[in-house]
Amino acid sequence: MTSRNARRNMVNKVMLTLCGVCAFLTVSTLFLILGYLIYHGAQSLNPGFFTHLPVGEGEAGGGIANSILGTAEIVVMATLIGLPVGFFAGVYLAEFGGKTFPFIVRYTADLLNGIPSIVIGIFAWTVVVVPMHHFSALAGGLALSIMLIPITARSTEQFLLEVPRSLREGALALGANKWRTIASVIVPAARKGIMTGMILGVARISGETAPLLFTSLSNQYWSGFSEPTASLPVTIYNYATSAYEDWHQLAWAAGLVLLALVLLANIAARMVISRGTSLPR
Amino acid sequence: MTPPATDTSSQVQAALPKMRAANVNFYYGSFKALHDVSLEFAANKVTALIGPSGCGKSTFLRNLNRINETLRDTRLEGEITLDGENILDQDVTEIRRRIGMVFQRPNPFPKSIFENIIYGPKINGMLKKKSAAEVVEQSLRRAALWDEVKDKLHESAYAISGGQQQRLCIARALAVDPEVLLLDEPCSALDPIATAKIEDLLVGLKHQCTIVIVTHNMQQAARVADTTGFFLLGKLIEHDKTDVIFKNPSRKETEDYITGRFG
Amino acid sequence: MATSTAAVPRPASIQKRRFGADEVAYGFTLLFALAILVVTILLVYQLWVHSAASRQKFGFSFITSTSWDPVAEKYGALPFIYGTVITSFLALLISVPLGIGAAVYLAELAPPKVSNSLTFLVELLAAVPSVIYGLIAIFTLVPLMRNYLDPALQAVGGSLTLFKGRIFGYGYLTAGVILSIMTFPFIISVSREALMAVPREQREAALALGATKWESTFNAVLPFARLGILGSIFLALARALGETMAVTMVIGNSNAIQASLFAPGQTIAAVIANEFSEATGNTYLAALVELGLVLFVLTMVINGLAQLMIMVTTKKGSAKA
Repeated sequence: MTSRNARRNMVNKVMLTLCGVCAFLTVSTLFLILGYLIYHGAQSLNPGFFTHLPVGEGEAGGGIANSILGTAEIVVMATLIGLPVGFFAGVYLAEFGGKTFPFIVRYTADLLNGIPSIVIGIFAWTVVVVPMHHFSALAGGLALSIMLIPITARSTEQFLLEVPRSLREGALALGANKWRTIASVIVPAARKGIMTGMILGVARISGETAPLLFTSLSNQYWSGFSEPTASLPVTIYNYATSAYEDWHQLAWAAGLVLLALVLLANIAARMVISRGTSLPR
Repeated sequence: MTPPATDTSSQVQAALPKMRAANVNFYYGSFKALHDVSLEFAANKVTALIGPSGCGKSTFLRNLNRINETLRDTRLEGEITLDGENILDQDVTEIRRRIGMVFQRPNPFPKSIFENIIYGPKINGMLKKKSAAEVVEQSLRRAALWDEVKDKLHESAYAISGGQQQRLCIARALAVDPEVLLLDEPCSALDPIATAKIEDLLVGLKHQCTIVIVTHNMQQAARVADTTGFFLLGKLIEHDKTDVIFKNPSRKETEDYITGRFG
Repeated sequence: MATSTAAVPRPASIQKRRFGADEVAYGFTLLFALAILVVTILLVYQLWVHSAASRQKFGFSFITSTSWDPVAEKYGALPFIYGTVITSFLALLISVPLGIGAAVYLAELAPPKVSNSLTFLVELLAAVPSVIYGLIAIFTLVPLMRNYLDPALQAVGGSLTLFKGRIFGYGYLTAGVILSIMTFPFIISVSREALMAVPREQREAALALGATKWESTFNAVLPFARLGILGSIFLALARALGETMAVTMVIGNSNAIQASLFAPGQTIAAVIANEFSEATGNTYLAALVELGLVLFVLTMVINGLAQLMIMVTTKKGSAKA
């Protein structure tokens, strides 16, 4: 082997090893994150954590019960608005319409998707908080629903389009009209994927903080829909940036809970997809 | 053990074959694609490999420059030598410089014509003795493409026709001065005129290197090849002078294929 | 009686019913599709209207002025634009080489099963909420930077203005680092797909000329995939520009422009997050909304470019010279 070739082979080995190192480094950050959260957060996880309300500054104990409920309220509201709108918009994109209008809708959906969540928060603020003159869970729910709509629409569209033409034509050939084909054949065939998309979307908005900062704000106590409401992400933010060690602890634990929920939803959803959709082979 | 069907004519064997395959078995995973293939390639001759789809001729060809090693889960048994030395023991990048390959569909890089040709010499450090412009002109002339592209050397390689792109790929392969040139059905994606140009090219090139061409087209083999090997189901059935294969084959399978009874 | 083109006449009631149901379904779903358009248009409109007070008062100087002073009611966005640009740039500086390197490994070297599992894990990183990144950054990254990395950088590069000044741990550099981690998944995932879309013949062409695997990857495969990779970078950039929580938790929230990377600063998204809920007064709020408008336009442009590049790659499957 010439020396030139020896050098080239050396360069080859070094560069390819470096690439492997890059992959290792990036993947390991996920484990580092999980590791830190478990290490710091697990200590504070006790039943009281989940059932108590927060206590005053500097006091020990206290829990995040209202944050958990608040997040549940806000996310449910967002889901009730966002999922149906997104779903039917997705059906429209996949099944109806010509070339230009669906293109515009798709483009706009992607645009909406790419808007920073804090700007969506501003929008919800102008539409709900300003007229109502106060913060509320409603405003937070609206903000999150706006984020949920384009995600749901595009993923619904994607899975509907994956249904093979043979299935559609089979139904049509039996005399079914379009909407019946969609409702009874196509949507059921794509249901696994569609549901997965929905789960992923809901998981994503559950972790959002920025749009809630000035829509639902936060709360030390239980609250109703039209009042400022505590939520898991905002509570984590408030506690983490506070000056009190006890609250830092709570932040870690709450972070662990939030991350666990989000990651579990993601892993479950992806496993459902990888196991194959409900389409016939 | 009776030897498998191999070279039958003593006139085919030159003093020292340029390349030689001995008892080659090849596996894709657990599927045995080549069974005990032994074959010699005489220097400065064109050898054609023919046979029906899936007979293993392309697989065999791709072992000659070890490009099959880039596929997952493959295994090669046997010996393949270049000038008497086993290519499996040598540095693979050097082997691939000495044994060039042209693929079924033209695959120029997304660069200019000039940059495509200069790529091989550049990485192999061959630009110390000759200048880049010299190498490009020589290679394009050898590939009978110079006159058609000399004014657009710095335009994209995708701006020329399919037939021209394939000749560009030949020029690119020639730019590293290979001793052997392997062509895997190089004309299958081209029209008859482009095909004819390349066939003329190959007949002229053999004086400078040894050529092995896999082809689906029996007439092409008859036109360009000095010797022809017939593959069937992963085995080399017969290898002899092209005239003999087409007019007077020794094996029934060869005769059946030639006369169109299958494939 | 039937004309030459007449179909078998059906009872009018069945005809109408069939016609009606499909029309209704079409209209129904169209409504929701329109909702997307309406929401987006309304969003832009609201941003425009609610920033009026600030736009009219400051005009173009909003973007060029460096003083953000709620007390004196003077609002200039330059420190935040600066902070946004610097942190995003730092983030890409770190994540692009690392991300492309990882993508090369995953697309070219790793066996398929390993590649798929690792990619799955990397994509999980994208699902981690921003506030969690911020949480970890505050308590682990900031001390790490303050105690080890920043002093080391200052020791080596202290002559440059970039590395001068007091080290707090909070600041542009730390924000850049956490942003880089958050942008990994975008670069890796999209670049990997772009690399895997390069036809096998391109690699084999280079290898057949005697190239080593690295040479073939670097000279033939990467250039072929360059549009898709560029698209992934723009996608990552768009994400970095709009990132709020993790940044606001570690950037130090100082509304001034400073040259040192160790200094605290502020980004557009972070200042909105910080000050909006407490802001009072028409002009103050309008200025914050105008910041939102600026951010909106910025991310829209970058995202648009990214989508274009990725669309071109997936359509043609290649980068033409």
